[in-house]
Amino acid sequence: MARIDLVDLAHSYGGNGAAPESFALKPVTMTWRQGGAYALLGPSGCGKTTLLNVISGIITPSRGKIMFDGVDITPLSTQKRNIAQVFQFPVIYDTMTVGQNLAFPLKNRGVPKAEIDRRVAEIGRLLDLEPYLNRKATRLTADAKQKISLGRGLVRSDVAAVLFDEPLTVIDPELKWQLRSKLKALHRELDLTMIYVTHDQTEALTFADTVVVMHDGRVVQSGTPAELFDKPAHTFVGYFIGSPGMNILPAEVRGREARLDGHVIALNRSYDNLPAGAKIEIGVRPEFVEVVAPAPGLLTAKIERIDDLGRIRFARARLGDAKLAARAPGGFTSPDGTAGLKFDPSHVHVYADSLLVEGAA
Amino acid sequence: MDKTVNQKAWFLVLPVFLVVAFSAVLPLMTVVNYSMQDTFGNNQFFWNGVGWFKELLDPSTDLGGRFLASLGRNLFFSLVILAIEVPLGIVVALSMPREGWTVAACLVILALPLLIPWNVVGTIWQIFGRPDIGLLGYVLNAAGFDYNYVSNDIDAWVTVIVMDVWHWTSLVALLCYAGLKSIPEAYYQAAQIDGASRWAVFKAIQLPKMNRVLLIAVLLRFMDSFMIYTEPFVVTGGGPGNSTTFVSIELVKIALGQFDLGKAAALSLVYNLIILIVCWIFYTVMTNAGVERKVQASSEEATEPKPSAALKPVPALKPKEGVA
Repeated sequence: MARIDLVDLAHSYGGNGAAPESFALKPVTMTWRQGGAYALLGPSGCGKTTLLNVISGIITPSRGKIMFDGVDITPLSTQKRNIAQVFQFPVIYDTMTVGQNLAFPLKNRGVPKAEIDRRVAEIGRLLDLEPYLNRKATRLTADAKQKISLGRGLVRSDVAAVLFDEPLTVIDPELKWQLRSKLKALHRELDLTMIYVTHDQTEALTFADTVVVMHDGRVVQSGTPAELFDKPAHTFVGYFIGSPGMNILPAEVRGREARLDGHVIALNRSYDNLPAGAKIEIGVRPEFVEVVAPAPGLLTAKIERIDDLGRIRFARARLGDAKLAARAPGGFTSPDGTAGLKFDPSHVHVYADSLLVEGAA
Repeated sequence: MDKTVNQKAWFLVLPVFLVVAFSAVLPLMTVVNYSMQDTFGNNQFFWNGVGWFKELLDPSTDLGGRFLASLGRNLFFSLVILAIEVPLGIVVALSMPREGWTVAACLVILALPLLIPWNVVGTIWQIFGRPDIGLLGYVLNAAGFDYNYVSNDIDAWVTVIVMDVWHWTSLVALLCYAGLKSIPEAYYQAAQIDGASRWAVFKAIQLPKMNRVLLIAVLLRFMDSFMIYTEPFVVTGGGPGNSTTFVSIELVKIALGQFDLGKAAALSLVYNLIILIVCWIFYTVMTNAGVERKVQASSEEATEPKPSAALKPVPALKPKEGVA
């Protein structure tokens, strides 16, 4: 049970002297509050596993500090930190029964026998492993094994946080959903800080109340799923979250207007102080662009195809060199392959060098 | 599906039949033939039925006494070297580096004793241990130990055992190292998080994951030490007295020294049978262990290497140089 602070933390596998751009984890300062359910989301190789291993102590960071409740624990070994971690592939001690597997972390810490039995029974009940406690762990299915790995993390009453490193990769899709609900239930029941690493946005958005998006070794945004959706702080977040991702279109922005392909799109806010020389783009989610019949004053795009997702239809369109997706209202057809685009000004964001610019009201 | 019948295909198998017949079946049958007869030279043979076999298994006769005594010595020798080489090999494998250029260096150094021919190993130790000119023998005697493998039973045994340990521990170590390398890193990380001590990591992760290679190591070392001939023959010649006369040495003495072909043939058949039986037991145990693993592996990621094509008892069946 602890608040975790990362202070100017960075790591390079090439050592501290390596070029700043080559750091697997670029300097980050952030706070994980006690009892939060976090997801670390990003594509493979973005540094999320590195960050996780730094927190658990498997990797000693090249720079910076990690604090649990204000106490610097950076130099402490994994054994001395109160961290539990569940790995991508289930780790089972082959020679032991399920119960002995669960008891292992407690036995190593010299907890009295009666206490061990009590905790193992409790965790066995929470994870529905009771019928298996006296069975050898090797013969079980992958999801049961992953539950044991998880149980070994939860069995200690003193854990500050439970870290998950893509724990559902090897689990069948339907069981995935069950296990994820189980995790959520456990989170509510045990009031633990949970940090969940994944590259699957559905997994991240359903599990976490705060999603931390990483890209190229950097934390690009941290916020609730709604925030990530409505106001991506980085074009990468816009593109990575949501399906289809945000439309990012190069544009000229002046005051309350964005010029795109010679057309003017109204903006809700005023952008007067954009950094000179920066690459300016506008970002708008497909949900907030509508294709309508071509009309004067509207941007005209070529329709390439229309994807019917059942509940909603998205038109894939081309605008000069840029591709974009837009919502196609029911009954929309385009006999000549062109359509006008209607933007919702309150959801058009402006990005300078990929970073969100807050306009003036 | 139509099956093409082509009797000519048998001709393709024929060469193998011929080779096997000449290399294995005929010699073996000759031995079986000899084991039933007695000979007084001049190519004169007399039918003896199962007489030699009866004698062989009866400790009150000369042949039986010698055979059973050497068999006892052989089993004791195998037990001792297994008890030393297996734990030692594990310790060596555990203390080997995991990465970097030192890995290659260690592997080469470990492999060196394995590359030396048996005869040369024997000669090295024979000279090494001599009290007059050998480094080991001279130093031990100078240090006040009355060490002489030619006259003292215990010294002879110690020399033969140390020699075998020196020669073959590398094999066990290399096999264990391969087993250790196949353990995914996540196991160690998980153990760290579970607060496991070094000993707990060994007991809970490394030993169980090594058990298959260990079984292979034990099989190989048991077989090889059970058939040992060259090294002790070169060093001690089976002496002092009969104290280091192992079964194969006894066999050569009877067959070539006394030229008792009947007795020797009976002995080698029984010897062969023992080895076959032990091989079969090991093979069965190992295959069963493999089946158990497969059940488990099907649900796991295939990170572990496949069991090395379940070791066949072939190496044990090939008579080593000298063992006629």
